[in-house]
Amino acid sequence: MDFPGGCVPFTTELKFVGGHFSTDVPPMSCYRTLDSVGDALQEADTPWGLDEEQAVRIYRAMVGLQTMDGVFYDSQRQGRFSFYITSAGEEATAVGSAAALAPADVVFAQYREQGVLLYRGFSFLDFAHQCFGNAQEPGKGRQMPIHYGSAELNFHTISSPLATQLPHAVGAAYALKLEARQAVVAVYFGEGAASEGDFHAAANFAATLGAPVLFICRNNGWAISTPATEQYRGDGIAGRGPSYGIPSVRVDGGDARAVYNATAAARDIALRHGGPVLIEAMSYRSGHHSTSDDSSRYRTATEMAVWRARDPAARFRRLLDAAGWWDDGREQALRQATRREVVAALGKAQRVPKASLDAMFADVYAEVPWHLAEQQAEVAEHLRRHPGAWPDIPLQ
Amino acid sequence: MAGGIQLSRLAAVGGYSALSAAAGVASSKPSAAATEGASKQTNLCTAVNDALHIALDANPRALVFGEDVSFGGVFRCTVGLKERFGAARCFNTPLSEQGIVGFGIGAAALGCTAIAEIQFADYIYPAYDQIVNEASKYRYRSGGAFNCGGLTVRAPYGAVGHGGHYHSQSPEAVFTHVPGIKVVMPSGPYEAKGLLLAAIRDPNPVVFFEAKMQYRTVVEDVPKGDFELPLGVARVAREGSDITLVGWGQQVGVLERAAAEVSEADSISCEVIDLRTLIPWDRAAVEASVSKTGRVLVSHEAPVTSGFGAEVVAAMSARCFLRLEAPPARVCGYDTPFPLVFEPLYLPTQQRVVDAIRATCNF
Repeated sequence: MDFPGGCVPFTTELKFVGGHFSTDVPPMSCYRTLDSVGDALQEADTPWGLDEEQAVRIYRAMVGLQTMDGVFYDSQRQGRFSFYITSAGEEATAVGSAAALAPADVVFAQYREQGVLLYRGFSFLDFAHQCFGNAQEPGKGRQMPIHYGSAELNFHTISSPLATQLPHAVGAAYALKLEARQAVVAVYFGEGAASEGDFHAAANFAATLGAPVLFICRNNGWAISTPATEQYRGDGIAGRGPSYGIPSVRVDGGDARAVYNATAAARDIALRHGGPVLIEAMSYRSGHHSTSDDSSRYRTATEMAVWRARDPAARFRRLLDAAGWWDDGREQALRQATRREVVAALGKAQRVPKASLDAMFADVYAEVPWHLAEQQAEVAEHLRRHPGAWPDIPLQ
Repeated sequence: MAGGIQLSRLAAVGGYSALSAAAGVASSKPSAAATEGASKQTNLCTAVNDALHIALDANPRALVFGEDVSFGGVFRCTVGLKERFGAARCFNTPLSEQGIVGFGIGAAALGCTAIAEIQFADYIYPAYDQIVNEASKYRYRSGGAFNCGGLTVRAPYGAVGHGGHYHSQSPEAVFTHVPGIKVVMPSGPYEAKGLLLAAIRDPNPVVFFEAKMQYRTVVEDVPKGDFELPLGVARVAREGSDITLVGWGQQVGVLERAAAEVSEADSISCEVIDLRTLIPWDRAAVEASVSKTGRVLVSHEAPVTSGFGAEVVAAMSARCFLRLEAPPARVCGYDTPFPLVFEPLYLPTQQRVVDAIRATCNF
């Protein structure tokens, strides 16, 4: 039958599909190239091979991410700054996907994708400046720690509300396509965020408007304390893709080579067909949600231990070892040097002063309108009247 | 939203002929701005349509999108754009306001001039998070590294005679509480064209409310060419000396008619100020007028409590305290949902405004 939404066949059979009526339909399989300890699966599709340079760069980024997360987490616990989020368990998802993107590709992230930014060239010092909210960070200290952004690295600034970045990514991808730029947008989000209306809006807009955007879902099993089993029914997030008309794939998010290949393939599809692709990277949030969370209150130590044993960096290292591209000596040297670099970055950033008062009122608008100028003068007068009350904020 | 097409047709032929005739007579002539070149009699719908044509013609990165815009829009404001500029630059989106505004933010963040249409202001709320948490903070949170200043969100607002709860609202005050966006409400066709072109080209995200009742009912001489009216600058719609009447959008017409009535009947001289932009608003213009008249009345269709009139009154009370000869007055919608059959009682009508002018001048 032809109707405005398409052409469908008639049937005389009254039959429901989905939910209880489709228990015989298997879930979408999870693509991987490494087994759970990291041994390469010889039969695996790896159309985008990794050479030594690329593989080592990916590994170094994962080690850098783990080191930074560890040191920054401890620093937060010591009270040096107010908040931090680690990406333990999901290192391969962030770094593996970032490695498959071109520098001109535009990234919109949720908040647990510092690995993407690190791979793109954001330094430990850049991260530290942001977490301390000092004058050197691009956001001038206006947002909580971990809300990174970089115009040079095509990484749009993080905002806390979940899934709001997804429609942005679609609009951005539409703009890229309109100008015939050979680039895509990569947008990251969690399986919890995929419950928001913005996920639906973005997927539907991207498919109908033909926007070359990669929807990269980090299904890490937990939205703070809510397990994925309480987040959705049906076949996860990837299972939704085909019903939006979006090519979709489920991938082992702890397998950096699989994530790299899936992302590279998705990028190719998005550019060639001028439309979206959905990737669901299955992994586990090995750390707490944030420094404000204690996940032992809602999940078992056994569960956490099992997943921590599947360290994505260790799995990927076995691939490097087998190829003769890595060894214990390099490992030890890298971890030590990286740790020194991260510690030094924190020490340096902590000494940088806060931005001056004008940064409080700038950038609300492109210009400073009269009412903000008036309010800024009021604060300046307050500071003059009470010298020393707010020593951290320079007047000029 | 299903009622949109029907409403626009009803607006064109509906029971507001008397009001529209009055509005046509009362609308003031264009004042200070550039009026060079030929002009023509234009209603508000055509003024908006002209502005969109000019904006897309002048800027190849300008896009118009929203629900039903491709065939010209349920109010016909986007007629001819797809044919002239192509389906890639004027296109329908799926039916999702949060999607429309979110999409526009992303396109603008990459340098496009994104002109989004929300079919009715009453349906802007699904996009509230995108406007309040995203568009308004995009520049500030990135320290200026990114911005979505190319975004303009157009939405028809206001009473229309038969719109009830969901085709009548005036949500402007809600958005004036959001640092980082501008809120603009034109009072007629000439104002709409000049202000819309300015809003589209302003380097900040703008929410632009158009009085849907005026789309077909108010006709003015409007320059055919490209011109802008500055954002943040109010307009003295009528000069006077006894009381300052402040309004925006289609309420300016009501204030002008009330001013004419009390001028004739009571010899009260009203100064009418069309605020045009609510954030940032032209406090200095209102203050100068109130300093002169010693009395102030603010009027809007939106509910009185926490309406933008409260901001105007608070500011004038603080800044003109010793010059005020009567308490500031507000003549506004009541604090109920917009009530269909009670609309004539809900609205700040000419009669209510006239009563309040007399009460204030005889305080």
